[in-house]
Parts: sequence; structure tokens; C-alpha cells
Amino acid sequence: MTLLAEKVTYVPATGTLSALWLLLALPAAGAAILLLTGKRSEKWGPYLACAMTGLSFVLGVVFFFALKGLTNRSVDQHLFSWISVGRFQVPAGLLYDPLSATFVLLITGVGFLIHVYSLGYMDHDPRKKTFFAYLNLFIAAMLLLVLGNSFLALYVGWEGVGLASYLLIAFWYFKPEAATAAKKAFIANRVGDLGLSLAIMVMFAALGTTTYAGVFNSGVAGGTATAIGLLLLLGACGKSGQFPLQTWLPDAMEGPTPVSALIHAATMVTAGVYLIARSTPIFQASPDAQTVVTIIGAITLVIGCVIGCAYDDIKKVLAYSTVSQIGYMFLAVGIPGAGAIAILHLLTHGFFKACMFLSAGSVMHAMGDQVDMRRFGGLRKYMPITFGCFLTGYLAIIGLPPFAGFFSKDKIIEAAYDLHGTRGWILGTVALLGAGITAFYMTRLMVMTFLGEKRWTEGQHPHESPSVMTAPMVLLAIGSAVSGGLLVLGGALQNWLAPTLGPQVEVGAHTISPTVLTLLTLLVVAGGAAGAWFTYGTKPVLTTPPVAVTPLTVAARKNLYFDALNESLLMRPGQYLTRFLVWVDNRGIDGAVHALAAGIGGGSGRLRRTQTGFVRSYALSMFGGALLVVFALLAVRLGQ
Amino acid sequence: MPTDIQAPSIAYLPLLPILIVFGAATLGVLVEAFVPAHQRRLSQVVVAVAGLVASLGAVIYLAADGTSRLVAESALAIDGPALFLQGTLCVLGIGSILLLSERRLDRSGGVVVSQAANAPGSREDLRLAESSHVQTEVYPLAMFALGGMLLFPACNNLLLMFVALEVLSLPLYLMAGLARRRRLLSQEAALKYFLLGAFASAFFLYGVALLYGYAGSVDLGDILTATSQAGKSDGLLYLGVAMLGVGLLFKVGAVPFQAWTPDVYQGSPTPVTALMAACTKVAAFGALLRVFYVGFGTSQWDWRPMLWAVAILTMVVGAILAVTQTDVKRMLAYSSIAHTGFILVGVIAINKSGLSGTLFYLLTYGFTTIASFAVVGLVRDSAGEATHLAQWAGLGKRSPLVAGVFALLLFALAGIPLTSGFMAKFAVFKAATEGGATALVVVGVIASAVTAFFYARVVVLMFFQEPTVDGPTVAVPSAYTAVTIAVGVAFTVILGIVPQPVLDLAGKAATFIR
Repeated sequence: MTLLAEKVTYVPATGTLSALWLLLALPAAGAAILLLTGKRSEKWGPYLACAMTGLSFVLGVVFFFALKGLTNRSVDQHLFSWISVGRFQVPAGLLYDPLSATFVLLITGVGFLIHVYSLGYMDHDPRKKTFFAYLNLFIAAMLLLVLGNSFLALYVGWEGVGLASYLLIAFWYFKPEAATAAKKAFIANRVGDLGLSLAIMVMFAALGTTTYAGVFNSGVAGGTATAIGLLLLLGACGKSGQFPLQTWLPDAMEGPTPVSALIHAATMVTAGVYLIARSTPIFQASPDAQTVVTIIGAITLVIGCVIGCAYDDIKKVLAYSTVSQIGYMFLAVGIPGAGAIAILHLLTHGFFKACMFLSAGSVMHAMGDQVDMRRFGGLRKYMPITFGCFLTGYLAIIGLPPFAGFFSKDKIIEAAYDLHGTRGWILGTVALLGAGITAFYMTRLMVMTFLGEKRWTEGQHPHESPSVMTAPMVLLAIGSAVSGGLLVLGGALQNWLAPTLGPQVEVGAHTISPTVLTLLTLLVVAGGAAGAWFTYGTKPVLTTPPVAVTPLTVAARKNLYFDALNESLLMRPGQYLTRFLVWVDNRGIDGAVHALAAGIGGGSGRLRRTQTGFVRSYALSMFGGALLVVFALLAVRLGQ
Repeated sequence: MPTDIQAPSIAYLPLLPILIVFGAATLGVLVEAFVPAHQRRLSQVVVAVAGLVASLGAVIYLAADGTSRLVAESALAIDGPALFLQGTLCVLGIGSILLLSERRLDRSGGVVVSQAANAPGSREDLRLAESSHVQTEVYPLAMFALGGMLLFPACNNLLLMFVALEVLSLPLYLMAGLARRRRLLSQEAALKYFLLGAFASAFFLYGVALLYGYAGSVDLGDILTATSQAGKSDGLLYLGVAMLGVGLLFKVGAVPFQAWTPDVYQGSPTPVTALMAACTKVAAFGALLRVFYVGFGTSQWDWRPMLWAVAILTMVVGAILAVTQTDVKRMLAYSSIAHTGFILVGVIAINKSGLSGTLFYLLTYGFTTIASFAVVGLVRDSAGEATHLAQWAGLGKRSPLVAGVFALLLFALAGIPLTSGFMAKFAVFKAATEGGATALVVVGVIASAVTAFFYARVVVLMFFQEPTVDGPTVAVPSAYTAVTIAVGVAFTVILGIVPQPVLDLAGKAATFIR
């Protein structure tokens, strides 16, 4: 196991980097302006939002090179003292290091492209401006999440992206499914957030600090490290749609497609991976927590693959694919020394999944918001650019060399096998099989959408999308094609991230030789793709889903019964509990309060009658009082 | 051989605050006699306010000097608590005088009756009620009352204390009957106050006599010496303490001697009620503190249980009875009874922080109370002040400023944090806990919670109900009332946020000379 340098040190921000806060401030200002100016900004608002994100990206690039020129690449900018109570100090500040720099580029870069794409996609929406305001809000919150220098600052960003996600899933709130999905996302995230907030409270209690520097240098170990690690993992599972909290993510596809691409594929859902990568020192101190992370990742990647095979809704398939791919990232980030591979997969996934989502959005745009793949088919000829982009993304996700996914996924499988022992074999084989199933369902998607016969509904005239939409798609497609190779060239990313995640581990002996493993992976992938081709490509696809199917398909169509499980395990008992508590509140607590109030009121009314207004009875009461005083004093005297 | 009668030596300088106020009162009588009618009113205001300001200056001078001393053959003690309370009384007195001088609220231009001797409802009375004729004798009366109040907490001699009690009470009995509107109610209040006050004074005087029988002296110092000597029949002591206590507890309005409070507070002209509620309470508690801390300081185990019972009764009865009141002034009267209970908690602490907490409480309560009654005087309809609570509904919509100020004052009375009321309650409750009276503090906190109900109810009434159609109007006051309210509110807020300087001052003053 690799340990980081004994002490994590951050240098204060100087020069160019002292303007770090601008990164956050620009999109935040954009959101504020758009939300506060009302109808006035309807015309120029969306362009302002794009400009703010674009400027943030430019700044991100400038800061990136500024950081590259430093020897200690961990820059801390103190903003103000946030909480100052006795010995308990929480400064509000930003931390800019290779990990956050990488995320800043991903968030602002992909974010900017999706902003531009939305100009076309949301063109006809009457609440276009609000949409862009929420997008900017999301960018600002996400940047705070990755730039904050303490777990508490991260938590603020964490809740901010949760809010933005909720607002954007329910953007078409008049659709009941969208409103329900937003609620579901919010509640599932609350469960995860509980874990994160408990983790922060444990840090308060056990370590007395929440800053990264403070926590990582506190020498946390043993039970505390495991507790913090598992609680952080629960938070990460909620945000990243990991087992057992994965069910909200596919439903979240009810939001507009750019949202699905940006938030629910490329950036926000990877916040869990960021959290665990950022907390590397904690997880290094607790091998148990690391093992749990890998197990969660493995379970989720299988669940995502299996369910992805059963859906006919193009966005849901992509959503489960996201769940599954993030499972891969969790698997990698839980493997000691493989953190950089997880981030690599996160970046390549950010490109190819955003590319595929935007292409899917382009298809939906062309087909009148149709999402059922059984009603697509033969779109290759009508939408060549979209097809080309999707094909690139497809090749990247199934991991064909030299496309981006090949480099990252192959390494994850390799790292899993290199864990040695039973653990390595199980996790490696799961990851390998997952790659095969991924190839299966992605090929199925490609075939059903772009190849074969037209199975369109009446009166559809698909056409290629406007260039404002295709341009971002093409850029993302280029990223899907080349980013993987560029990032691993000479271990570029690995070395770059070393200050945060630790240097690359040299495994003495590989469990399986990398060359053999690569060939094996390609073989499995080819098998999966071929299986899909023979099932869906060689015979006509039915326009309605078949009924007579295997029990596994039935289960997969029902999300492997996870919704039902959540419902009976959490929702129903929760409902009974709330009903009981409402009853207790109404009858017990309110009853006591009302009885007390009635008692005081009644007592008051009764006592009031002594106030007769007759001075003679007042005098009598005084006389009685005087007697009482005398008796009281005499009683004391006799008692002595 | 006949012994030579020695003339008592009197140091006049420490008596200066008291002498100035009595001087101003006497000057006021002369003004009545010699100044032409149309100039009288202004002259009276100037004389009274100047007298109180000068007295305050003298108090500050003496306090800066810092020496505590017994003067006039030990009849008077000019020490920290006496000076602190005298200063408080001077400031509150100025506020009361300003409220009495308000001309703009009543359509005839005065708050007190123009000819008190006229029978209410007689033709002459009705004519004068609408004329702009005002009687200005109320100023010397108020000044004599204030002079007595300055004297009261400084008395080290029970006989002198009785004289001070009468000097402060007699003008108040008269002033209670001077209301310009609803005169019958006012006269009834005056008569009740007088009869019951006389009754209480009799108890007080009887107590003094019994204590003389016990100690052979009416000097508090001598009584203290006597209680620490063994072998005396202490039956006289107990009866004396009881009787003396009845007289003092009547003046502070403690249960079971509170019956007069609501009737008198309701019937008196509102500025007079403000004077009674704020200043009388300060002076009476000053005397009570001195008697129990100085005269019976070593026999505290004998009288403490009695005061415990009175304090509990006062807090509980005051709080509970206020719940069903429908008249603002009566509600404030019961609130003042409950506050008497809270202040008694500070008295019972019998330690230095109890004394300083009580002094602080009296100061903050005085400011808040004067401002509250001043606001009550603003809300009027054609028949005079609109004191029925139903008439206050929706006031927040019609006059947000006045309603907001009143809400703030009510919050202070309820003891909500960031107001002076909270700090004051905190100070006395903390002192009582240190003094071993935790049970009393628990009762106090519960009673506070009950009192919060009826304060909040008025706030709800003002802000969350629709105004009635023919509701009262809020009169725009002249500078007299406006300044009083502004100063009262300012102190309420400032002492709630930065109480430390005044707490320090009270802490420094909290040592009785024996």
C-alpha cells in the first residue's frame, strides 16, 4: 500500500492564482443575475449564462497552467473566517490542486459545451432563461464542491448541486413523472447526505476540524477512520447512484436531456468518486472501508449492466449505463494506488457519456421527443452527424482501442486482478464480464436506433439537428476518441494527480499478463457485441416489447425489484411511522398543550372572580395575606 | 442637671439630590401662585425637568465621589444602591413629567382633568372637559412624590422611612384621581388606592412599633445589632418583620397584597400609571432591599421562607391572571405583578449578584414600562384611550411603527433575548441559582413562559388580524411623548445587546452601608 507524504501541506495562493474565487463567482453571478432580473433578461440571459461558464473555463485553463508551473501544486486560498467559536475554527477557503484543477476543467469544459447545446435544444421552451439560470447555479455549486478546502465547504457545494439537480429534473414540473422523479432524487440523496453530514460530525467530534489539511494531518486511524470512511461512502453512494441508492438516477432522466448529460452523466454523479478520491488518506488508513468501496462498485456495475439490457427507453439505458460505469470508478478508487485510474475513467466517461446523451437528445429532438428505441431504426441515413458522434461514444464505452474507454476500462480490470487472492479474481472477473454485458446492451442500442428498418410512428420526418447542437457533440466525440490515449501518454494523468492521490504503484507480478488480459477483454467485448448483433441486427425488431421473456428480463425491467424493495423496506414503514407520529403529535402533544392552556385559562378565569372591585374585599384579602405572612414567620420560628 | 440638647449635625451635600427635588416641588407651588395662567404650564415643566436634571447631576457627582456614608445622625444612608436607584428615579421621573406634559393626544390638549373638584358629569365638568384649560398642580404633586421616592430607598431609620412612604404615597393617591376622561373610574381608583394604602401604612407603622419594642431603636443598624445578640424575646421581631413586610410588599404590589394594582393602573391617567408602575416600584424595592439586607441581614433564615412563598404566589398569580385580561392597562398591571415576583427572586438570592441583578432589573423594567404605557396612551378613539384589546386588532396594518415599537416592548417584558428584559431576568435568575434558590428559578421560568403567552397574543392581535372598521386611531404625539418612547425603546434594545457597562455599574453599586 502506498502512503502519501506524511504531511499534507498547502501553500497560500499568490499571483494569478489569487483570483481563484472568480471561478466560482462568475457562474454564481450569472445565476443571480438571471434569477433576479425577471423578464428583462429573457433575450440575453442564456447567452450571458454561456459566457459565464465559458469564461470560467478560460480561467480554469489559465489557472491550470499557473498551477503546472509551481513546485508544490497544492494551493490554498483563505477567503474569510466562516465559523469561529472558541477553539473550533472553520475557515472558508479554496483548495486548488491537481485533482480539483482536473475537475474544474471537466466541469467548465463539458459544462460550456452543454450550455451551448442547450441554446438549440431549449430554444422553444418558454422558461429557457430559468433553465440557464439553474445550469449556472449548478456549475457554481459543483465548482464549490471540488474547490472547497474543507469537508464543510464541500458539503455546501454538495447540497447546492443537489438543489440544482432537483430543480432541473423537475424543470418540466407539470409532467407528474418529472415531479415524482425530482422528489425521488431528492429523498434518495437525503439518505446519502445523512451519511456525509454524520461523517463531518464525526470529524468535529473526533478530530475537532473539518479542513482537508486538518483531517488528513491528524493521523486518523483505526475505528474512526473506518467510521468516517463508511459514512463518506454512504454519501458518495447517494450522489453517484450506487448500490443501494441507485434507483433515483434512471428516473432523473425525466429532466431535459442536456441536464441528463451534464449533471446525471458527466459531472454531478461523479462527485461521489471525487469525494472518495479526495479522502484518499482516510481510506488508506482503513483497508476495510476500501474493500467496501470496491464491493459496492462491483455490485453496482453488474446491476447497471443487467438492467441496461432490458430497457427500451434510450435515456434509461444510458442512465443505467452511467450507473454501471460509475460502478467501475468506485471499484477503481477503492483499489489502493488505482485512484488515478478511477479519475481517468471519470474523465473519459465524462466525454463519451456526455457525447452519447447529447446525441440521444439530438435523436429525440428529431423524433418529436420519442424515447422508445423500438420506434426508432434506420436513423443512420437521416442523421449522419449524430450517428457519427454516437458511434464514437459507443466505440469508446465498449472499450475498443484506441478510443478513450479502452485505456481506462482496461486498466481498471487489470488493477482489479492485480489485487491478488480471491478478492482480485472475483472483482476482476466481475469487471471483465461487465465489459461484455456493456458491449451487449450498447450494441443493442446502436442497432435498434440507427440500423435496421424504420419503425417510426406516423408522420415523423427526422432531420439533422442545427449546428449549435451538433458542434458540441462533435467536440465531445473528438474527446471520446482521443482523450484516453492523450491522458495516459507517458503516465501524464497519473503523475499529475500524484500529489493528491499518491504515486503510481508498481505491482511486482501481474496476476494475468497485461497483454493477455487486454486480448481477453477484447474477446469478451466482441462476444457481447456479436450476441447483440445476432439478437437484434439479423431479424426484425418488434415495435412492442415481447411478453414471453426470461425471469431475469422481467426482473431487470422492474429494476431488479429495487424500487419494490425500497418501497416495502423504507417507504411503507416510513409512512406508518409518520402516521403514528402525527397521531402522537395531535393527540398526545397537542392534547397536553391544549389541556395546559385550558387549565391556565380556566384557572385564570376562576382567580379573576376574586378581583371583585369592592375595596372591602381587597382589604380583607390584604388582612388575610398579613395573617399568612405572620403565620409563615411563626411557623419558621417554631420549626427551629 | 438638665442635659444640654445637642443639635443634630447634618451633612447637607449627600442630601443634595433629595433636597433639589423637594426644592423644585416647592418652587412649583410658588409657580402656581405667582406665574400668570398662560405661562404656568411651561414654567412648571421647566422647573420640574430642571430640578430632576440637577438632581441627577448631584447623584452622578456623589457617585463619582464614591464614598458611602450615613448622614443626619444615621437616619439616611447615602450608599451605592441608594445613589443607583436615585439616579434611575431621576431619569424615569423626567420621562413621567414629559408624558404628563403631552398636549396633542387629547382633543382638549391635556391628559389630566382641568378642575378635579367638579363632580364628574356636572355641567361645569363637561364644559371644562372640552376647553383647553388644564390644571398644572399635578407637576408639584409629581415632584413631591418623586422627592419621597428618592428619600425612600435611602432611609436607614424606620420612622423616617414611614415618613418617606407617606410623602411619596399621598400625592400619588391624588394623582390617580385626575384622569380627564372616564373620571368616575379614575376617582374610584384614587379612593381604593388611598384606603388600601392607608391600611398598608398602618401595618408598616405597627411593624415599626413592634421592632422598637424588640430592639429599643428604629435604626436599621441597631436592629441588626439586636438580632445578633442572644437572649431577647424574638416574638416581637417576627411580628415586626411580618408587619413591616406587609407594608413594603403592598407598595411593590406582591401577592396577596396586589388587589389594588389592576384597578388603580386602569383608572389612573396613563402618565400617572407610568409613574406608579416604573418609579414607585423602583423606590419601594429599594426600601425593601435595604430593610431586609441591612436590618435583617443576619436573620435571613427566618424571613426567607416567607419571601419564597410570596415570590412564588406573585409570579404564578400575576402570570395566570394576566392570561384572561381584555384591557391593555389591566394586562400590563398583572404583568407588573408578575415582574414583582421576578424581582423578588433577585431579592431572595441574598448575595451581591442578587443585589446588583435586582438593581439592573429595576432600571430596565422602568424604561420598558414607561415606554409601554406611553404607547398605550397613543391609541385612542373618540372616548379617549382605546384600551380594550379587541380595539387593538390589526393595529400593525394601520400603524406599523407604533405596533412594531409596542411589540418590541412586549418582547422585552416577556424576556426575549436581545432585549433588556432577557438580560435582567437572566441576571436575577442566575443570582438566585447561585444563592441556592434553584426551585424558585424553575417556577420563575415557567411563569415567564406563561407570561409570554399573553404578550405574544397582543402581538398576534396587532399583526395577524384584520383591523376593525371603526377601530381607534393612533394619535401623532408631540416631542414630549416621542422622546420618552424613543429613549425607553433605545434603552430596551441597547441594554439587551450591550448590557455589560450598566451591569458593571450595578455591580459596583451593590454594597449597602451598615
